[in-house]
Amino acid sequence: MKALQRLYVALILIFLYAPVAVMVMFSFNSAESVWIFEGFSLDWYKSLIFDEAMLTALEHTLIIAVLSALISTVLGTAAAVGINALQNKLAKKAIMTVTNIPMMNADIVTGISLMLLFVFIGKFLGLNESLGFITVLIAHITFNLPYVILSVLPKLKQTDSHLPEAALDLGCTPFKAFFKVVLPSISTGIATGMIMAFTLSLDDFVISYFTCGHYQTLPIVIYNMTKKTVTPDTYALSTIIFVSVFVLLVLYNALQSKTDKRRA
Amino acid sequence: MFKKFSVLLLCLLLIFSCTGCGYQYAELSLEGDYTGLEGTVLNVYNWGEYISEGSDDSIDVNKEFERITGIKVNYTTFDSNEVMYSQLKSGGVSYDIIIPSDYMIERLKNENMLKKIDLSTLSNYHYIDDYYKNLYFDQNNEYSVPYSVGMVGVIYNSSMIKNPEHSWKALWDKKYKDMSLTFSNPRDAFMTAQMILGYDLNSTVKSEWEEAAELLKKQKKYLQSYVMDEIYGKMETGEAAIGPYYAGDFLTMQENNEDLDFFYPKEGTNIFVDSICIPSSCTNYEAAKMYINFLLEPEIALANAEYIGYASPHTAVVENTEYYYYGNEYLYPKEENMPKVQYYHDIDPEIRMLYENLWIDVKLY
Amino acid sequence: MNKKSFGNRILTSPYIVWSAIFIIVPLIIMVYYALTDANGVFTLSNIAGIGKYKKAFGLSILYAVIATIITLLLAYPMAYFMTKMKISSQRMIMMIVMLPMWMNFLIRTYSWITILANTGIINTFLKSIGLAPLKLINTPGAVILGMVYDFIPYMILPIYSVMSKIDNSLLEASSDLGSNSFSKLRRVILPLSMPGVISGITMVFVPCVSTFYISQKLGGNKTLLIGDAIEYLFNIGPDFYNVASALSLVLMLLILLSLAIMNRFSDDDEGGVII
Repeated sequence: MKALQRLYVALILIFLYAPVAVMVMFSFNSAESVWIFEGFSLDWYKSLIFDEAMLTALEHTLIIAVLSALISTVLGTAAAVGINALQNKLAKKAIMTVTNIPMMNADIVTGISLMLLFVFIGKFLGLNESLGFITVLIAHITFNLPYVILSVLPKLKQTDSHLPEAALDLGCTPFKAFFKVVLPSISTGIATGMIMAFTLSLDDFVISYFTCGHYQTLPIVIYNMTKKTVTPDTYALSTIIFVSVFVLLVLYNALQSKTDKRRA
Repeated sequence: MFKKFSVLLLCLLLIFSCTGCGYQYAELSLEGDYTGLEGTVLNVYNWGEYISEGSDDSIDVNKEFERITGIKVNYTTFDSNEVMYSQLKSGGVSYDIIIPSDYMIERLKNENMLKKIDLSTLSNYHYIDDYYKNLYFDQNNEYSVPYSVGMVGVIYNSSMIKNPEHSWKALWDKKYKDMSLTFSNPRDAFMTAQMILGYDLNSTVKSEWEEAAELLKKQKKYLQSYVMDEIYGKMETGEAAIGPYYAGDFLTMQENNEDLDFFYPKEGTNIFVDSICIPSSCTNYEAAKMYINFLLEPEIALANAEYIGYASPHTAVVENTEYYYYGNEYLYPKEENMPKVQYYHDIDPEIRMLYENLWIDVKLY
Repeated sequence: MNKKSFGNRILTSPYIVWSAIFIIVPLIIMVYYALTDANGVFTLSNIAGIGKYKKAFGLSILYAVIATIITLLLAYPMAYFMTKMKISSQRMIMMIVMLPMWMNFLIRTYSWITILANTGIINTFLKSIGLAPLKLINTPGAVILGMVYDFIPYMILPIYSVMSKIDNSLLEASSDLGSNSFSKLRRVILPLSMPGVISGITMVFVPCVSTFYISQKLGGNKTLLIGDAIEYLFNIGPDFYNVASALSLVLMLLILLSLAIMNRFSDDDEGGVII
């Protein structure tokens, strides 16, 4: 029984990793094909260094991911603290409903509606072009915010609401009370929200597709590539990203189990 | 291999001739003062796989331009005239250089979306073959500079298909079920059906478009997929056996798969001229003109013609006996082999709406 | 007004302004486009014209439902078996399940072509052992496979996280009361894991029903799903923005409707909608 269970888990994992394996394999292909494997080579990793379009796109992706994660974390955490303290049930419900919209709506609808807004504003202001860095950043912040808020809110609920009040009574400024008392107790929620925002932003294709203009991120460049012929250097880049994330996760995991042991 | 060899040979020739008076990048006759333009950005919007990009020791055109002028080229690609138009029209993005096809140039011109190009300031314009001047979409040569020309034909894999009928009907042949491809852009897809039916490609008769759409619906059950540039991978690997595409692309594919063969269907076909234009939203006009002139430099035009594989409207390329496709029978057919050809024209908006909607019907069928 | 609520207002107001401008207003503009013609005159013809796309809607819903069911059937046992493992292996497998999500889904989808193509890995293998090749790529099956593949982590993770929190004493109690493992699964685990299942279903169904890439690549571009139709219309020019907006609006309503239905099954009253 146990063996069957393990087999099942293994099969699902194989299913999840079959395309990844293909990708890694063809990144070492000596031929310029992602269809027919001819021999082992590192040529695509070398040519990647010279693929300016791809590297620029990677840079754009990272800039947007970092900025949108940071901004949405600050905005979202502040919003969560405010929402948590709201006494008015109706207002709370209304804000939460709006917060849920980008999360439950289809990406394509979010992307299109934002594009229509940006183009509309651009026309109104008489801009020559309305899409670019700012618009894709705004779009990413917008779809990241709900995830930050929803990661922080539960932590706030767990925090004893008397603690900050006690701090205030003891002479803390509200500012200080927040940073000394509230923030430490919700820090894991904030971290989760930020990581989630970063990841979502990194991987987003659909919303960027409609809002990025000239500021093309990696998924957009890859999309344009799959419309032509994908060359193995795309696979090489994906393999590098895959391996880096893998290493980070393993490290994180090792660290966590260490702290777990210490606690135990 | 031969291509690589000839490019190498060309490079060697160039190096030697450079000692005399020949081609040197630093001496390019780029009109105007570009020192003031250093560090500015030029947004170029072109078809995919449509410029020499430095593979196989060829010239990386955009890099060279950047190196010489210090202008940064921001190069992006599209895969259909309509997508290009949509991007431009929405006002979401602006471009300084675009390379649309004939009928789209006519439309852009009619909608005041192009800037005039003062051709007298382009020192290399005289290289353009007179045959490609004063064409219907730009009768006074005010808005466009021809970049590359071509005709549509049918590519097939001779190891999978023996002696196909030289007709568009081959794309409807049930023998090739699940092995045939066709265009995923409506204008070209409708063309194949219109040719079979013997209708004008620019017909204003609604029923003719409807009939063509019916024919396209019938084709659907035999098709493997609707493609644009994805056809490269599918034909080269033998995934698909037959599909319509541009003659120049066939030559590129054949380099990777010798079994591939090509014909121009007897019913006739579409001829197109893709020309360089400056959209009215251009913000770097001087740099754009310089870029156009740069593309017309004989060496650059040659590199592009060899990379793209389409026929060139550039006399210095066509007459160059070192040109890889010099006298190529598919690109430059002799008069007696020349297929019957028709240009696309910009169509009345009502008809355009009709065929776009009919195309969606075909896709939904 | 006391100091505290004033502070709260400062904290929430940037977010409220932000969400008004970038969530509410865009949707209003979309509705405006859907209800006007190219000249900005009010019309219902876009909405009326949607009938033409009923096949696209039908297929999108059908494929998404099938893909969601398959995903659920695959993911539920997976999550269940995971909870039965050692804590350290659980964490490890969680990580392995999540890892592909960090890679670009376009590339992962594209890789399937190499596996499924007529000249691809599976068919090359079949031919080499003397079997007839299968028609895998450019079929509805391939599209559904792509959906299942791309979104299965979103099903496994919520189910797993709910299941792993089920109090072990409940299970022990049910064993003590004479439940066998099947009835334990049916009576205890299944009801208690429902919230995870429901959020998994919504997280898989929504992207499946609105996808616009998978069918183009794995379906040979032959089936026009609703996402593909919207993308196509937006790409052929502003003349078609109105129809495309109308389609987007209907798609959004469809999603809201299905979420509302899902919500009826969950009794989570916090914040309206569960994710």
